[in-house]
Amino acid sequence: MEKRVVFNNRVLPYLLLTPQLAVTLVFFIWPAVQALKQSVLLEDPFGLSSQFVWFDNFIALAEDPLYLESLYITAFFSGAVALLALTSALYLAIQADRVIRGATLYKTMLIWPYAIAPAVAGILWLLLFNPTMGLLPYALGAMGYTWNHYTNGGQAQFLVILAAAWRQVSYNFIFFLAGLQAIPKSLIEAAAIDGAGPARRFWTVVFPLLAPTTFFLIVINIIYAFFDTFGVIHAITQGGPAGATNILVYKVFNDGFIGLDLGGSAAQSVVLMVIVIALTVIQFRYIERRVHY
Amino acid sequence: MAEVNLREVVKDYGDLRVIHGVSCDIRDGEFLVIVGPSGCGKSTLLRMIAGLEQITGGEIAIGGRVVNELEPAARDIAMVFQNYALYPHMSVYDNMAYGLRIRGLPKAEIDTRVRRAAGILELGEELLRRKPRQLSGGQRQRVAMGRAIVRDPAVFLFDEPLSNLDAKLRVQMRLEIKKLQQNLGVTSIYVTHDQVEAMTLGHRLMVLNGGVVEQLGPPIALYERPATRFVAGFIGSPAMNFLTARIGADGTTVDLPGGDRLPLPDGDFAAHAGRPVTLGIRPEHLEPAAEGIGVAVAHLTVVVTEQLGADTLIHGHFGNDRSDLTVRLHGTVHAAAGDVLPLSVRPEHLHLFDPDSGRRLDPAA
Repeated sequence: MEKRVVFNNRVLPYLLLTPQLAVTLVFFIWPAVQALKQSVLLEDPFGLSSQFVWFDNFIALAEDPLYLESLYITAFFSGAVALLALTSALYLAIQADRVIRGATLYKTMLIWPYAIAPAVAGILWLLLFNPTMGLLPYALGAMGYTWNHYTNGGQAQFLVILAAAWRQVSYNFIFFLAGLQAIPKSLIEAAAIDGAGPARRFWTVVFPLLAPTTFFLIVINIIYAFFDTFGVIHAITQGGPAGATNILVYKVFNDGFIGLDLGGSAAQSVVLMVIVIALTVIQFRYIERRVHY
Repeated sequence: MAEVNLREVVKDYGDLRVIHGVSCDIRDGEFLVIVGPSGCGKSTLLRMIAGLEQITGGEIAIGGRVVNELEPAARDIAMVFQNYALYPHMSVYDNMAYGLRIRGLPKAEIDTRVRRAAGILELGEELLRRKPRQLSGGQRQRVAMGRAIVRDPAVFLFDEPLSNLDAKLRVQMRLEIKKLQQNLGVTSIYVTHDQVEAMTLGHRLMVLNGGVVEQLGPPIALYERPATRFVAGFIGSPAMNFLTARIGADGTTVDLPGGDRLPLPDGDFAAHAGRPVTLGIRPEHLEPAAEGIGVAVAHLTVVVTEQLGADTLIHGHFGNDRSDLTVRLHGTVHAAAGDVLPLSVRPEHLHLFDPDSGRRLDPAA
């Protein structure tokens, strides 16, 4: 049965909703409308006037090889971040689920990285990998491998993927651990009696039962990699070298605030908006039809 | 099919000993029921036989082979869990076929076995395609048993399989499990806390209390001659009445605190003369004294009457110390609170226990 609260006062409900609505309007709806408006305008070089240009900004985007390159980089980046963050979180969750002594400490420590702001996480990894004073490049150098992500695009991508995924591991870990603990022990025991070894038990019983959690996390991780990694990129590479880590959300900032191409930047935000709406729709649809065992 | 031998089986959790040296030989094809209150170690014992718990001490052999160090899969057993433990993401068919596929049986053989088991358990073709969550409790129970049957194991292990079912279904499934075991003739070990299941299902009954075997034997023997006060109180419903009493000076009577004297059954109780005892009388063995058999026990003052239809349960008290007593009489008997009923009991229905050790007192041979 649906639970409903009925207000006798006609004004009170609206009064109670006002703060949330005000925040949403000022910080979400209004900027979104501004972006939509801006994306069909072209400014003169001095920002004194603007001109309505229909969809010229979008057409320019579609024809811009740098934008398509950034789209490709973003797809690779978010896929890699999601894969890395999900697999390591799953591995850690399985281990944490088996730990008996010191389990609480272990779990608490694994959750900590999530409390660290993306930009700070980026700085931590930057210091570790700094080509002139970082610990790891020094060690790698001793093994005969030169690390310099300021000039090597592949290394730069690797570093931002690592830094971005590291933070998300904690988030995924919590969900995977909860998912694992929700699987009745007797199921695993039944599989053991049926003759399945640990690996087989995992792939035929545990993993299928974690599938709903995994699917949910894939969507969440992709959204994270698309939008929340600005701080990481900004702190470590600023999109470089030569655009190797210039993901879409960073390019919006770069083109709009550094390059001062407001129209083109706004058009890019509109594209991002469409992507995030699509991902959210997938997630909600999925959650509604979520498989319940 | 195989026999199962437990020799001085011990289980410790850290410093806590939960199973204190249990020994039992279960014959090939026998149905053994392990019964006891919650926390008595019965599930732990079963899980040790299954290989889901380490064995701290002693030896478990299945079919003459010591299995202490063997993985559950290598012990040739099948287990039915309390919550059924069906794989929720697999169809009924796949649930039953899972163990066979792992053992690498050919597809045709798997199909034959699954369909045969489904036939035995009356699981229709349409049901085989469903997922466990689309089944009723009784159907899930059947699938769990089907998963055990297809494996054709040496031993079936049941861990309170009926406790999640409603009362009516439980009676039905109890009968089916018994029939199934009779037809298949597979050695079975069945754990329950329900004494009706315990009485009706097994060839033999093991009563476990605090990790110690109180008594092991055919159910009716445990009912008729409980070895300890614990068994006497656990087997039978409503539970046996226990009274504080003393054996008379000449060893032929037992004296109740109210001053009543009951003749002891035939036998030499002289060795016990004058010692305090716990006297046990089953509610169903008390009869109205008017029938003239046996000897008057006491005049029971009725407190509460429960009419069950076939039977009437009367709860009351008697004697100077107002000892509580429950009586089970024929359903036609009516009594109101405050009525006084004269009751009798046959001497052979008296059970005497040592008040300290709880052991049964028998006449000297």
